[in-house]
Amino acid sequence: MIRLEKRPQPSRAWSLATPLIAVLATMIAGGLLFALLGKDPVEAIRTIFWEPLFGEFSFYYRPQLLVKGAPLVLIAIGLSLGFKAGIWNIGAEGQYIMGALVGAGIGLAFYPLEAWYVFPLMVIGGAFGGWLWAMIPAYLKTRFGTNEILVSLMLVYVAEQFLASMSLGLMRNPEGHGFPGSRNFNSYEGASSWINENAGMHWGVVAALIAVIFAYVLLNRHMVGYHIRLTGEAPRAAKFAGVNPARLILFCLGTSGMLAGLAGLFEVSGPSGQVSIDFNVGYGFTAIIVAFLGRLHPVGILLAGGLMALTYIGGDIAQSNLQLPSAAIQVFQGMLLFFLLAFDLLTNFRISLGKPEVA
Amino acid sequence: MDLSAINPILLVASLMVAATPLLFAAIGELVVEKSGVLNLGVEGMMIIGAVAGFATAVESGSPMLGFVAAAGAGAGLSVLFAVLTQYAQANQVASGLSLTLFGLGLSALMGQSYVGIKPPQMQKLDIPVLSDLPVVGPILFGHDLMLYVALGVITAVWAVIKFSRIGLVLRAVGENHDAAHALGYKVVRIRIMAIMFGGACAGLGGAYISLIRVPQWTEGMTAGIGWIALALVVFASWKPWRVLLGAYLFGGVTVVQLNLQAAGVAIPVEYLAMSPYLITILVLVILSADKSSAPAALGRNFHAAR
Amino acid sequence: MKLTNLMTSAAMAFGLATAALADDPTKVGFVYVGPVGDGGWTYEHDQGRKAVVAEFGDKVETVYVENVAEGPDAERVITQMALQGADLIFTTSFGYMDPTINVAAKFPNVRFEHATGYKQADNVATYSARFYEGRAVQGTIAGNMTKSNIVGYIGSYPIPEVIRGINSAYIHAKKVNPDVEFKIVWAFTWFDPAKEADAAKVLIEQGADVILQHTDSTAPQAAAQAAGNVITFGQASDMAEYGPLPRVSSIIDDWAPYYIARTQAVMDGTWASGNTWDGIGAGMVGIGEISDSVPADVKEAALAMKAALADGSYHAFTGPINKQDGSAWLAEGEVADDGTLAGMSFYVEGIEGDIPQ
Repeated sequence: MIRLEKRPQPSRAWSLATPLIAVLATMIAGGLLFALLGKDPVEAIRTIFWEPLFGEFSFYYRPQLLVKGAPLVLIAIGLSLGFKAGIWNIGAEGQYIMGALVGAGIGLAFYPLEAWYVFPLMVIGGAFGGWLWAMIPAYLKTRFGTNEILVSLMLVYVAEQFLASMSLGLMRNPEGHGFPGSRNFNSYEGASSWINENAGMHWGVVAALIAVIFAYVLLNRHMVGYHIRLTGEAPRAAKFAGVNPARLILFCLGTSGMLAGLAGLFEVSGPSGQVSIDFNVGYGFTAIIVAFLGRLHPVGILLAGGLMALTYIGGDIAQSNLQLPSAAIQVFQGMLLFFLLAFDLLTNFRISLGKPEVA
Repeated sequence: MDLSAINPILLVASLMVAATPLLFAAIGELVVEKSGVLNLGVEGMMIIGAVAGFATAVESGSPMLGFVAAAGAGAGLSVLFAVLTQYAQANQVASGLSLTLFGLGLSALMGQSYVGIKPPQMQKLDIPVLSDLPVVGPILFGHDLMLYVALGVITAVWAVIKFSRIGLVLRAVGENHDAAHALGYKVVRIRIMAIMFGGACAGLGGAYISLIRVPQWTEGMTAGIGWIALALVVFASWKPWRVLLGAYLFGGVTVVQLNLQAAGVAIPVEYLAMSPYLITILVLVILSADKSSAPAALGRNFHAAR
Repeated sequence: MKLTNLMTSAAMAFGLATAALADDPTKVGFVYVGPVGDGGWTYEHDQGRKAVVAEFGDKVETVYVENVAEGPDAERVITQMALQGADLIFTTSFGYMDPTINVAAKFPNVRFEHATGYKQADNVATYSARFYEGRAVQGTIAGNMTKSNIVGYIGSYPIPEVIRGINSAYIHAKKVNPDVEFKIVWAFTWFDPAKEADAAKVLIEQGADVILQHTDSTAPQAAAQAAGNVITFGQASDMAEYGPLPRVSSIIDDWAPYYIARTQAVMDGTWASGNTWDGIGAGMVGIGEISDSVPADVKEAALAMKAALADGSYHAFTGPINKQDGSAWLAEGEVADDGTLAGMSFYVEGIEGDIPQ
């Protein structure tokens, strides 16, 4: 009989090994899927994982990994703080939208003024928009004890409708021939988040890297980080240690909302360029997965964000080179997530064969 | 503006049809959440049900067989989630989101050869005399069989949770799995059954869209209804009858909104579309005064040796 | 910029390689906004791609990527196609406009074709279809066949393309039936079958016996069939499976002739940028077979309208036409210019209600 025994301490070795095992398992299962679809499995796997990093055109894809990965990492870092403390913000998608809308709104209001302070104001606006949107569940949670998972999720839909309204109405480009969508920030120098477009560098990438370092220091060297970890692992002990749960909730939700809002702002003023109805492409939800894949650890999240970005970019290459349907890529990503989540078991549990020991 | 063009009887009747996929998905998720599990993969299970039901109905010529297959497919996909969260102790939020991603992709692969095909039609229940009654006829007796099945499932879930031992056990597991375990209940097994029930219901809801409400198969056709179902469970504060009420409200907002537009009333569509979610948040806040409403163990994993 | 140089030289290397090997196939890329299985917009573009393959066989190699989100993903996918040696790239959604222009600037030797946009460059052409010509034919049939004198119209988003269609259908329905009235609902989606079904049902319940749709799913067709005594028109694809009733005709997006012609032009070295806005005449807008449920005289009138639009003897927007507020737009015999049509954001006189903002 197979049994699970909880390890007294998560295994360090396994926590490093399981992601690799999971990726290998996905390659095998995904290869089978691709073979079933009549494609060369080895070629498909190679295209997804190798081509963007070391292929002929990697000089282009490597910077793109930054562009695709940065918002994921930025949002996931914020979420991981709350997740560690058992505070569940799953509405990052909404905070991402609101950050983008507030930030872009400021930028559009200044158009066409070229001044050094336009972009910084937009950044502040983006952070504020996301923060404000996250403060709604935070306030309701601390004031009434309302479930923050559900409130933050509901607010995603509200934000989406708000986005549609803005791109069709108030923020619609007056020179856009009546089409929905705002002006393009890429043609508004003073409000663009690009630092070097060809290198994939925009302020969002910088912010993501800073966030990783910030989170690492916070969690390992700072009292707040200690409180976060303590609350997640032993809520009662945390209470005795003098942790103020309300303040922790406000801090965690506020920070994650702020980072999601920033991600939205950097995206709208850089890679995406404009507010449009379909501006949000699910980064807020994917980031939740990234946070877990990274085991809620800042460095892990950085790697997980990179891995997700890799499968997106590699998947698009596989579509065009091998004519794999996009649905197959989606299934492949789903498998990768399943395996990563499933094998994480080995980190926290020991599998033992034989009869249960008598306690 | 001509409000007299709106026929309230037909409005109620079509609102009921619009609400049925939501009803199926939400009542299934309600049972899952009652057992203390949060499965965010409803959208994925719905769309798998939609394609499996559609394909089976087309191949067999029988919509009923289609619904059976849809329930099976939804439950089958939910097993993946069950294994991940109940055996492998994976985080439920992440597992549910992955399930949706996986389900959307898999359904598109399965449905590739079914685009642009018309499915066999499901006959409307035509009860002589009753269906021809004024007012109540079209509202109560003029629908397809599955709509009544949905209402039946609601009633059954309500009765089981409220009166039966199974319901008691389900609630015990959802409130405090450690205590339930100590009492000798098989927490994991019960949760897996609940998850599969939720999957089957979501599958039925999906097939209702692809076989009756629309009817056709196209990729991504559930278009977010699974997410609304999640909101609905909360709105209903985990009470079956309120799911019914909520589904009619959520489904109703769309139908009423379109009716007003057609009648020439200028309304801000986006703001009306937000309203169910805002109302849900309001309900949540009101409910949070009452600590008993949400299953206490919702979203937390259970491992016996803990 | 060093990297730009690198990219340009990579593209150049490919350009040279293509030139060196005479029998090297012409590579044509397609970027799709939806899945090829959407049965509507993207499906029809992919039919066009298949027609290119059928026409040229071994002489072309086509590649496509589906479900590409508008924005940064689009720019990456377009670049990727250009890098991998595409000679001609069709980007088939309005939201790809800026990404297409950006990528085109980096790959001067690759030709780009952007659908429904208004920005061109030396190596970027734009193309779109005059769907409003098809709407004129639909309006003629609708005006003749409605008994309740109420025509329901499902709009997607309030953008010029859709507003043009509504105006054109209304003008021609009114011409044959002065009592006709349009009920318009905006679904605020291009594709949400359940919502489209609801919209159709609502219109039917409010007395419409003709449903025109500017959304892509067959859901309204099925709703009309269930209701009985309601006629519909296929949108984007023929939707023939719903004929002869309720679907009595259709507007078909037929990109094949254009895609073939442009691919040929690249092969011949005669490709040039420009703005193509073709209608029934060039075959870009197809009118699906008018079913026998339509009375012979109505069918004849519709076909006459189609023929007049095709040979250019009639323009769908010919004066006198007033705007909704009663102000004059086109004088007697005056024909609308393309600029006004492209940015159309007003209803013509007689349509009730406001365009949502």
